[in-house]
Amino acid sequence: MTARLRWRKFVSGFMLTLTGVCATVAVSALFFILGYLVYHGGTSVNWNFFTKLPAPVGEIGGGMANAIVGSAKLLLLASLFGVPIGFFGGIYMAEFSNSSIAFVVRFAADLLNGVPSIVIGIFAYTLAVLPFKHFSTWAGAFALGIMMIPITLRSTEEFLHGVPRALREASMALGASKWKTITAVVVPAAYRGIMTAILLALARVAGETAPLLFTALGNRFWSPGWNQPTASLPAMIYYYALSPYEDWHRQAWAAGLVLLALILIVNILSRVILSRGSAVPRS
Amino acid sequence: MKRLAGLLLVVLALGGIALAQNALLINGAGATFPNPIYSKWFDDYHKANGNIQINYQSVGSGAGIKQATDGTVDFGASDGPMSDEQLKAYSDKHGSALLHFPTVLGAVVPTYNITGVNASLNFTPEALAGIFLGRITKWNDPAIAGPNKGVNLPAEDIVVVHRSDGSGTTYVFTDYLSKVSEDWKNKVGKGTSVNWPVGLGGKGNEGVTGLIKQTPSSIGYVELIYAAKNNVAYGAVKNADGVFLKADLTGVSEAAAGAAKNMPDDFRVSITNAPGKKAYPISSFTWLLIPAKFSDAAKRDAMKGFLKWALTDGQKGVEDLSYAKLPKEVVAKELKAINSIQ
Amino acid sequence: MATSTTTVPSAGPSAGSRSFLSRLRNGDEIARIVTFLFAASVVLITVLLVLQLWHDSSLARHKFGLQFFIKTIWDPINEDFGALPFIYGTLVTASVALLIAVPLGLGAAIFLAELAPQKISDTLQFFIDLLAAVPSVIYGLLGIFIVVPLMRVYVQPALKHSLGFLPLFQGPAYGVGFLTAGIVLAIMVIPYIISVSREVLLSVPRDQREAALALGSTRWESTWKVVVPFARSGIMGSIFLALARALGETMAVTMVIGNTAKLSASLFSPGYSIAAVIANELPEASGVSLEALIELGLVLFLFTFILNGLARLLLVLTTQKGSGMGHV
Repeated sequence: MTARLRWRKFVSGFMLTLTGVCATVAVSALFFILGYLVYHGGTSVNWNFFTKLPAPVGEIGGGMANAIVGSAKLLLLASLFGVPIGFFGGIYMAEFSNSSIAFVVRFAADLLNGVPSIVIGIFAYTLAVLPFKHFSTWAGAFALGIMMIPITLRSTEEFLHGVPRALREASMALGASKWKTITAVVVPAAYRGIMTAILLALARVAGETAPLLFTALGNRFWSPGWNQPTASLPAMIYYYALSPYEDWHRQAWAAGLVLLALILIVNILSRVILSRGSAVPRS
Repeated sequence: MKRLAGLLLVVLALGGIALAQNALLINGAGATFPNPIYSKWFDDYHKANGNIQINYQSVGSGAGIKQATDGTVDFGASDGPMSDEQLKAYSDKHGSALLHFPTVLGAVVPTYNITGVNASLNFTPEALAGIFLGRITKWNDPAIAGPNKGVNLPAEDIVVVHRSDGSGTTYVFTDYLSKVSEDWKNKVGKGTSVNWPVGLGGKGNEGVTGLIKQTPSSIGYVELIYAAKNNVAYGAVKNADGVFLKADLTGVSEAAAGAAKNMPDDFRVSITNAPGKKAYPISSFTWLLIPAKFSDAAKRDAMKGFLKWALTDGQKGVEDLSYAKLPKEVVAKELKAINSIQ
Repeated sequence: MATSTTTVPSAGPSAGSRSFLSRLRNGDEIARIVTFLFAASVVLITVLLVLQLWHDSSLARHKFGLQFFIKTIWDPINEDFGALPFIYGTLVTASVALLIAVPLGLGAAIFLAELAPQKISDTLQFFIDLLAAVPSVIYGLLGIFIVVPLMRVYVQPALKHSLGFLPLFQGPAYGVGFLTAGIVLAIMVIPYIISVSREVLLSVPRDQREAALALGSTRWESTWKVVVPFARSGIMGSIFLALARALGETMAVTMVIGNTAKLSASLFSPGYSIAAVIANELPEASGVSLEALIELGLVLFLFTFILNGLARLLLVLTTQKGSGMGHV
């Protein structure tokens, strides 16, 4: 073995170990955060938390039942709005469009992604709250949905592009129309990556407070239907954490924990329910 | 896939079903300072009147004024009185006025964290203005040391902490500084958001308290309740009559008592630096902003009923949460004013 | 320039000889139109947003003109505003965040995609995705309670001691400031880099790796010199995502940056970012103050525009012809 080869092998081992270190650092950040939340908020995650409405200061036994339901409703509606736009838009860019249109749409999506969430909140306020003269759940979902679009769009396009040309051509050669090829061959092949991106987009908007302050406002009570202000976990965390009461602080940490658990469950469920395995074997 | 779509439709429909149809939901938004007492009041009122739900969100005084003017909430709340321009903006838009109703009183205190100093410091108005203007830079400056003989103040640089977000607390504090310092009035002025000459910005009363607790040699201003609940030291302030007073509920009530006699009809008044030996100088009312004219009769009656309750029965619980009660004369005047709500 | 979009004509007689209606009956044409509408709506939303920002800041723009970019004062009472300290703060914190997050994130993604067994990789990925779900408020609070004291007591003095000759690490250590904000932002954006990069790396065809290994490269060489460049545009995409997040983050930044509008060469100095000042003052602002804040939002838009454009230019200039991922 020459000296050069020994050096290259050493570099290889070293760099790969370094990547392991990076992964460890990233994951430990998460476990640290989780641990902190559990330590400070764990005691507040009890039956009351999931079933009771918020109680005023000084009274124990309050919970965040309406915030949990509110967050679930907001996220569901936001996904119904943002994911199709991002997904089908991404299909257009990867499969149908020419490169200049794709460039413009891509650029627009990147710009949209960089807008501070509070500005999106103002935008949604002007379009969905002001003309109707009240705050509402669907206005909040509108704001969150807008924020989901860029990640979904860019990632759908990216992963569709990554599907080898050979697959498409084989499908066409067998007589399938373009659309059939897309739905039956290309999308399933890129399915993993697209799913990841959608869940990432969902995770991101699940924790956003600023846009909701201007659209869904907040609610101490239950919010029936889609047309009234609603409580949400991030907003409750915001209000409770910035208050002077120790009990509310603990509830804020608990709410953070519950929010993370919610996202984790959605992650697991969607991968399980919608899993069809990938058409392209993992290399 | 079709099953999934079907499931989604069912969930959407379920989410759309309106439960509890009989409840009347009234939305309000505004000041953060009175949020604890308001949340208690609205909750208690809901328990007594099951079909009335008053939903109050503490988004900030300025936001509350804006939402009330936009008409996206039914009422607002503010720690600082609205300006004439703001009132005009409202009446231009709605064709009727927005009324101020004082609800409780509170105090702003100077909090600090100096290693080795456990005593309660005395601050003169000049000292406070000088510190926040950036003119007084060390803790052992004569302006601070003078009224604190016997306290060993270090020769450390003062780290000033102020609010970064717009806030009624800032309004009250800068209103006070503008009254006691001509320099401050000219250089900075009063408002919910000002151009601070020096210092770090903390978000919310909690943010400021957090920064002060962690940063040695720091000073800031917060609502009394935050200082009390978080065990940060806060000092006494020299009032207009020359007495050093540490903030407490009696001092605040005394500050209001003087104003009660000359309360303007629209209840917009500043009680900082109020005269009186026992008056705490950085005190303030906080107001609910109620439209003079409601388009919805049910909401109007509910709000009128609530206001009457808050000004009478509601006042009983405020001191437990570190707020001061309204003076009797002010309550009487307000009860009369409620009748003008249409 | 080779495009990677496959445009295969639909089966049947050539498209030009068929009428529009008969083409419409063909599912592909409908699919094209429908998906186009979805893509177009994205542009529509963005344009509407810019138009609204433009309209709502008109007073401020006329009052301050181009001076807005270079003034350093922010005075709501006297209604005098300038954007420079905020632009500076936004750029500095985003740079620090990316400088930390990109190497770390890419390294972790490589580990997860190339080295870790599938089950471990998937499990770890679940957890890293959860990092993206942590509310920004909580990042801010953890920043105040954990990162700020750490910085003030350990990290900043250590940096000052060892690298204090650089203007970057001078000045009093408050704990809050540009460096702390950059670190908190780095943690927030790392999941995007890891998640997307890992997926892209996983989708690189096996034969690329095998070819490199067959030619005698070491594991690292095949990864770094073959696989990663192949996945380059996807990785760049993930960095775009991370950058966008870093530029627009409000809550977490405002809690740890010190919220002081000033320019300073030192990373220890407290500062302010565009998103943070908007988050702090927008709910309360009205009149010229409000318009100035909206104008700041427009400035951020402009900078995102420029940064994105520059990055894309970089990508175009460094993409070799004929490589798998030629689109920009």
